[in-house]
Amino acid sequence: MGAADPAGAARDYAAVLRNAVVRFGSFTALQDISLELEQGAFWTILGPSGCGKSTMLRLVSDLVPAASGEVSVLGKSTEEARLAREFAFVFQDATLLPWRTALRNVELPLEIGRRRNIKIPVSDRSPRELLALVGLQGREDALPRELSGGMRQRVAIARALVCRPKLLLMDEPFGALDELTRDHLNLQLLQIWAETGVTILFVTHSIPEAVFLGQKVLMLGANPGRLREIVDIDIPSPRAIKVRDTQEFTKYTAYLRRLLEAD
Amino acid sequence: MSGADDRDSPAPEASAGNRKFRRWFTPTFLMVTVRGRYGAIVVPKKDAFRLPRQTGAADPALRRLLGHAIPVGTAIGIFLIWEAGVRMFQVPTYIAPAPSDVGRTLVEQWPLLMRNFWPTFYESIMGFLFGNMAAILIAVAFVHSRTVERAFFPIAVFINTIPILAIAPILVLIFGAGLTAKVVIAALICFFPTLVNMVRGLQAVSPETLELARILSASRSEVFWKIRLPSSLPFLFSALKIAATTCVIGAIVGEWVGANLGLGALIIDSTFNFRSSLLYATVFLSSGLSVMLFALVTIAEKLVVRW
Repeated sequence: MGAADPAGAARDYAAVLRNAVVRFGSFTALQDISLELEQGAFWTILGPSGCGKSTMLRLVSDLVPAASGEVSVLGKSTEEARLAREFAFVFQDATLLPWRTALRNVELPLEIGRRRNIKIPVSDRSPRELLALVGLQGREDALPRELSGGMRQRVAIARALVCRPKLLLMDEPFGALDELTRDHLNLQLLQIWAETGVTILFVTHSIPEAVFLGQKVLMLGANPGRLREIVDIDIPSPRAIKVRDTQEFTKYTAYLRRLLEAD
Repeated sequence: MSGADDRDSPAPEASAGNRKFRRWFTPTFLMVTVRGRYGAIVVPKKDAFRLPRQTGAADPALRRLLGHAIPVGTAIGIFLIWEAGVRMFQVPTYIAPAPSDVGRTLVEQWPLLMRNFWPTFYESIMGFLFGNMAAILIAVAFVHSRTVERAFFPIAVFINTIPILAIAPILVLIFGAGLTAKVVIAALICFFPTLVNMVRGLQAVSPETLELARILSASRSEVFWKIRLPSSLPFLFSALKIAATTCVIGAIVGEWVGANLGLGALIIDSTFNFRSSLLYATVFLSSGLSVMLFALVTIAEKLVVRW
């Protein structure tokens, strides 16, 4: 397939960027990014601060426009993909609405657009089941202030899954959490990835997290933000926490650290 | 998938500095040793720092009673000193009446006081409703249009800078000596704090939450009803608490300028006739009205803002 049917080929990718450029005024945030993210993949994005990691997710999710080049999500323009709820976004801050319970926060995406008769894809799992999937059964009626940082972020993940997205964009979602909670959520995320088959593009500033989660690590460079290298991580799934103590793992982290310092 | 576990529990995090402070400055008798799966640590006993508050009254009901008894007792004490002072120095009643005189007037003149209470009550409530309603609607317009805000915000500030005592006669001239002028004055005095707070409240939505709304392709009205309006409610209630007390002041100032009935008219009347006991009784009644409205807003806040 592919050559004969270019549109079909594009649909095999969760996201395709061709020479994409993002500018804020005269500042070039992203320079000439090209990549093809396969459906079902889990890629992580790593790079120094200010290299445009978040901008890349915002470009794919139609929050910032491309100054030139092409961006498509599941064969559609980013705007079409946004209107069809093809992707969901998880922010560094959980961005829950504090007056809504955990369950009502998960239900929010289902309420938005309902009155305008917009066709919203709905997960086979109910909001309640999604909360159970992220390990929050029994906390459905808790308000965000009654939950810990880790729990709030899990509610945000459940909310992201409620419209059955094909692409999950995550912008340092565990960056503000302590290491133990982060390890735990990393494992949970890998399990969710395996169970739902969703494609994940995950920004982090932690080298071990990037290697532990990603099948590939995109290494970005700063000034201007550009794609420096795509590193394949050949560690078989499912991965357990103790993978991090293997020589193979440290080989990758050492390599990425050298790459990061050389920028 | 595993359930919620202990290391992810919603315990309020003590800052590192605070923890260090507690470790070094807590006497050993307040410490307990906790053995967990990461070894044993010595931490302050739960509630160790509440110790000074627990003196004597261990029973919570008794402690609550004590909590009420202290302010009430203080107030009674002040009244007793006042009573004693007036009697000891034989202060004439028209200069400063004793609390017992004021109390007697409150009972004897109750029908007169009530006849003047209800108009003020009505003007305050109507002013509160109209002033705050206008402020909320204008705040909504400001948040949705920078042009409207640029055009009208300076005017709102200008009106707010005019002393209410100066604007009251103008409004009485325009609306006549009836209820309308008083309602407008009470509304005007509520208006500005609510406008400023409501604008802030409607804008108090994090950029990330707005990005979330955009990713969900939310319409402007969905963003308003589902995100902006609920997040403005704590701000709105702070403003309504201010308005609950100031609307009574507005109504009374309006009555000063020209009215036959109302607590404001009664204050003027009793002052000029040296009926000091009646003046004091009227003042107590008007502050009682403010306190009542304030309490109502506070109760409403508790019911609405639960987060």
